[in-house]
Amino acid sequence: MRRILLVGNPNVGKSAIFSHLTGINVITSNYPGTTVEFTRGYLLIKGGKFEIIDIPGTYTLEPCSKAEKVAVDMISNEGGDAIINVVDATNLERNLGLTLQLLKQNAPVIAALNFWDETKHLGIRIDAKGLENILGAPVVPTCGLTGEGIKELVERLPFTKSKTYDYKEEEKWLEIGGIVSRVQKLSHRHHTFLDKLEEISTHPLTGIPFALLILFLTFKTVRFIGEGLINYILDPLFNKLYYPLIVNAVNTILPVKFLQDILLGTTPKVMESFGLLTTGIYIPLAVVLPYIAAFYLILSALEDIGYLPRAAVLLDFLFHKMGLHGYASIPVILGFGCKVPAILSLRILESDREKIIAAVLILMMAPCIPQTAMIMSLIAPHGTGCLLAIFLLLFLISVSTSFALNKLIKGETPELFLEIPPYRMPHVPTLAKKLWIRLKAYFMEAAPMIILGVFIVGVLDALGVTDFMARSLGRPVVSILGLPEETISVMLLGFLRKDVSIALLAPFDLNAKQLVVASVFMVLYLPCIATFFTLSKESGIKNALKIVSLMLFTAVLAGALLNLLHY
Amino acid sequence: MPNVSKIRKNNMAIPLTDLDRGKTGKVLEISGGRGIRQKLDALGIRTGVKIKKISSQILRGPAIVQAGNTKVAIGYGMAGKIIVDVVHHEHK
Repeated sequence: MRRILLVGNPNVGKSAIFSHLTGINVITSNYPGTTVEFTRGYLLIKGGKFEIIDIPGTYTLEPCSKAEKVAVDMISNEGGDAIINVVDATNLERNLGLTLQLLKQNAPVIAALNFWDETKHLGIRIDAKGLENILGAPVVPTCGLTGEGIKELVERLPFTKSKTYDYKEEEKWLEIGGIVSRVQKLSHRHHTFLDKLEEISTHPLTGIPFALLILFLTFKTVRFIGEGLINYILDPLFNKLYYPLIVNAVNTILPVKFLQDILLGTTPKVMESFGLLTTGIYIPLAVVLPYIAAFYLILSALEDIGYLPRAAVLLDFLFHKMGLHGYASIPVILGFGCKVPAILSLRILESDREKIIAAVLILMMAPCIPQTAMIMSLIAPHGTGCLLAIFLLLFLISVSTSFALNKLIKGETPELFLEIPPYRMPHVPTLAKKLWIRLKAYFMEAAPMIILGVFIVGVLDALGVTDFMARSLGRPVVSILGLPEETISVMLLGFLRKDVSIALLAPFDLNAKQLVVASVFMVLYLPCIATFFTLSKESGIKNALKIVSLMLFTAVLAGALLNLLHY
Repeated sequence: MPNVSKIRKNNMAIPLTDLDRGKTGKVLEISGGRGIRQKLDALGIRTGVKIKKISSQILRGPAIVQAGNTKVAIGYGMAGKIIVDVVHHEHK
């Protein structure tokens, strides 16, 4: 089978083209560094099967960073039978640097002039045929979002060429300047709404208020959509339709008390019963899902517009004090959704030191969105103040832990150096697809774990194990955190699913203070099992264990201090 | 860096950090190691190129500059190593 590599600068739309070629949906965003792993897919044309590999972006074949080195090793050492060089047509000059280097390699090249539609709005006119004649390799205008030009790209794949353009490396930019002046014409363009947005969001005076406004609107919208879906659609559906039906069905089909307890739970209160078919369905579908959908809708839109790199610039000064640069804010923001992709995206950072500090921030700054959903539904009756207190406390605890780590771990604080992509209007079908990918991941991976978690609790409870653990291990928890002994079983289970563990607190009838202490403790004390495995795969089991010990220590300390406070 | 101080004396060459927002400067020198020069080069910032400062942040935050059609955020320390000659008459 033949192998085709998708190669190009960061954020030129390689992943969008990959999706069109292979039919595999992958996450695309408008900032450099979305793809951190090689993604493989297959393209079938005229009886031939090609393996397509989406390679993380690189600006040059002389790598400046570890992430680039991985990409370059793949291109130069492993190689492929052909290279599709994805070129950002709105940045022709800079992108041709890599193109010329690729044309010196053995593998034959075809260039895709991507973002072709955008060049028109920007007053850029490129003579694609002329460029093809100069380079000697096929050049095809494409639009990765709509799929325009992909068909021609595939049709011309057999005509890729190698070593068609020779030049002296030290005269590369002079050479490219010459090419660009022959094939590209620029004309004046008018300022647009997006230019205005750029001005407001990066100006030092308006940038931070604008960021706070975005944060506030995100929070409001997530609650509005989430609570709206729950209160008006999902909760009535569950209570009026599903619940009576399932109770009836189980009672008639299975007249065994033990099984009924496991499937339906022991009380009719759905958040407290822990029945596999009641709570096990209610938590993932009626409590967590609405918030996940709402959060990822907003996050995906912010990603596609291109706001995240601007946020990175604004946050740089804060992150600098923690031994990181602002770019590290992107994994941290992703971590508000799910910690697993956030930990994976740590690959955009260079040193182990940065990765450890950033991992601590990701894991401690905020709960993941399923856990947030559970905290919201549990705490909301006690008022927004409690909710804000939890988030503020987590912010302060995580930032001070990172400050301390920055002082403790020796090493340099790197400088921010990041390409800022242009603002782009989100493309609705692409946005919908991305939302679907993320929701699917939740359904496939998280929801079964919730149901499993609920099942395990049910069985342990029915066997009396929870009671036993509460009596033996519960004492220290009572004295240090001021929580009921029985909550120990909740904490043991938190390792499996952190959102379920919060839900398990519901039957204990905790007061506001206990809920705040418990929530803060349960966010901080351990990562969930999926996150733990990802973390040890990415940074080694030793570092992962160190990070987990630090979390546990901080959680106990913070929980104890909070318990001592009177408020 | 004897070169830099010499250039600075004739009062036209300033580090990027001192360039006003909205002004354009021609890169005279990048006073850093090969690593920094390579990184900047990859994004189109090299000696002889004109760059426009789009914004800078308070508290020694990063600057955003535009080189060609590429916008790049550069940390304060790194920006201080880029010496530019202010371009006074900018044609649109």
